[in-house]
Amino acid sequence: MLIRRAERFTANDVTDPALYLTRRELMAGAAALTLLPGESPAAPPAGAPLKAARTTALSLAEPPTKLESATTYNNFYEFGVNKDDPARLAHTLKPRPWVVQVDGLVHKPKAYDVEDLIRLHPLEERVYALRCVEGWSMVIPWIGFPLAALLKRVEPTGQARFVELTTLLDPAQFPAQRPGFFGFSSLEWPYVEGLRLDEALHPLTLLAVGMYGQVLPNQNGAPIRLVVPWKYGFKSAKSIVRIRLVAEQPKVSWEKAAPQEYGFYSNVNPAVSHPRWSQATERRIGEFRRRATLPFNGYADQVASLYAGMDLKKHY
Amino acid sequence: MTRRVRLALKSAAWAACLAPLGWLAYRFATGDLTANPISFVTTTLGDWTLRILLASLAMTPLRIVFGLSWPVALRRLLGLFAFFYVCLHFTVWIVLDFFFDWPRMWEDILKRPYITVGMLALLTLVPLAATSTAGMVRRLGARTWTRLHRLAYAAGALGCLHFLWLAKVGRTDQYWHAAALVALLGVRLGDAIVRRVRRRRRAAAPAAAGVRTP
Repeated sequence: MLIRRAERFTANDVTDPALYLTRRELMAGAAALTLLPGESPAAPPAGAPLKAARTTALSLAEPPTKLESATTYNNFYEFGVNKDDPARLAHTLKPRPWVVQVDGLVHKPKAYDVEDLIRLHPLEERVYALRCVEGWSMVIPWIGFPLAALLKRVEPTGQARFVELTTLLDPAQFPAQRPGFFGFSSLEWPYVEGLRLDEALHPLTLLAVGMYGQVLPNQNGAPIRLVVPWKYGFKSAKSIVRIRLVAEQPKVSWEKAAPQEYGFYSNVNPAVSHPRWSQATERRIGEFRRRATLPFNGYADQVASLYAGMDLKKHY
Repeated sequence: MTRRVRLALKSAAWAACLAPLGWLAYRFATGDLTANPISFVTTTLGDWTLRILLASLAMTPLRIVFGLSWPVALRRLLGLFAFFYVCLHFTVWIVLDFFFDWPRMWEDILKRPYITVGMLALLTLVPLAATSTAGMVRRLGARTWTRLHRLAYAAGALGCLHFLWLAKVGRTDQYWHAAALVALLGVRLGDAIVRRVRRRRRAAAPAAAGVRTP
């Protein structure tokens, strides 16, 4: 009888990471040398290495969630409502070439190619907690740049009060944007999220283009997504094609779908339950016991002042 | 129905009812219970509780609509399997999900309507499982027993409500399960009305002896 044994270790486990990382750098360097002046490098595929120095001051000291968990357990309703739909169907999304339109109440509206956005801004790695409104959480090492840096480029006018972020609308790339039985659709498309301008300009608010030292995988919102760590995960819009500065509070997707359950702010708050379930605890993916959920997902020191004097039970 | 057919039928039902558990065991063994295993196991067990409960409630309607008598032989087996799955579902919630955090669970049972009705559905199934033996049918008398076991519909309704109230906006499975329950209840209700009308007609026309009303 043939007894198959699981492979106990791979070459990666016995090779010093410093060694093989240097090797990769050498290869990347060699590839870059072959480019002619003025020629832009080919778009990196999802999963290609992407380097950025970690901003320790704004990073959690906790170990990140397993990469496999972060790429197979996702809410990305454009692919379907099940957690495994995004990983299964993500190949239908084409994240390059990709243009992000930045306009609205700004002095310098512009359509940016995502490659230019990456070139224009120094990339940082930030290890953030991600708390889903469903009661689970992860720790993700994102790679990106502050949304504030991009907003400053386009120079918001004095009337701009809010930022509206829109996800790509394309049923050919997002299968769940096609209507289902009886024309049923889980949400209204395109997906729209929004932030108050001061929230958008906060140094914690990130536009991510990678994670875990890699180009952002499709199922995690490639090629560019928002990350607002003190709000429930759905606020962090994925696969963004438009960033618009507006005067009025935007009507955001989940608020439109169920206003009694999801508000515009959606700050992580253990004291304010979802109308149907408690938000007091969460399960950190990879851990057995539930842990207590922290106000503003643990970022109260940095962001609580944004909401001074507001009734957070009312503005949930 | 011969003994052999009966045995084959029941074996098939056993196998079908144990398949979801086997599938979970297989995924456990292969380390494939998703990134959030506790949530996955809880919802899978809950899904199959409701499906098997609805299947048990479908056996009599199958006789009414299609004139099939064999499904009724599986009713008790399916009902007991639904009870088995709901017990597993509940145990996972207590042990794995909340790890015996009684105050928090108690608070959820009282405060969260979907947990309240889920709890009620479970409690409704307890007397049904306890009186499922032939001995209990005899002791209670067929009439009382039949009345008591109509609670199965209440359990089905509470189970569907539990699912409707916990499902996130945008999902649809909860509506399909509720629609199945409504259809099954509709058949029973329609049948009860038809029988009542027939009984009345028979009572009103005793003179027409020998003439059978349809």
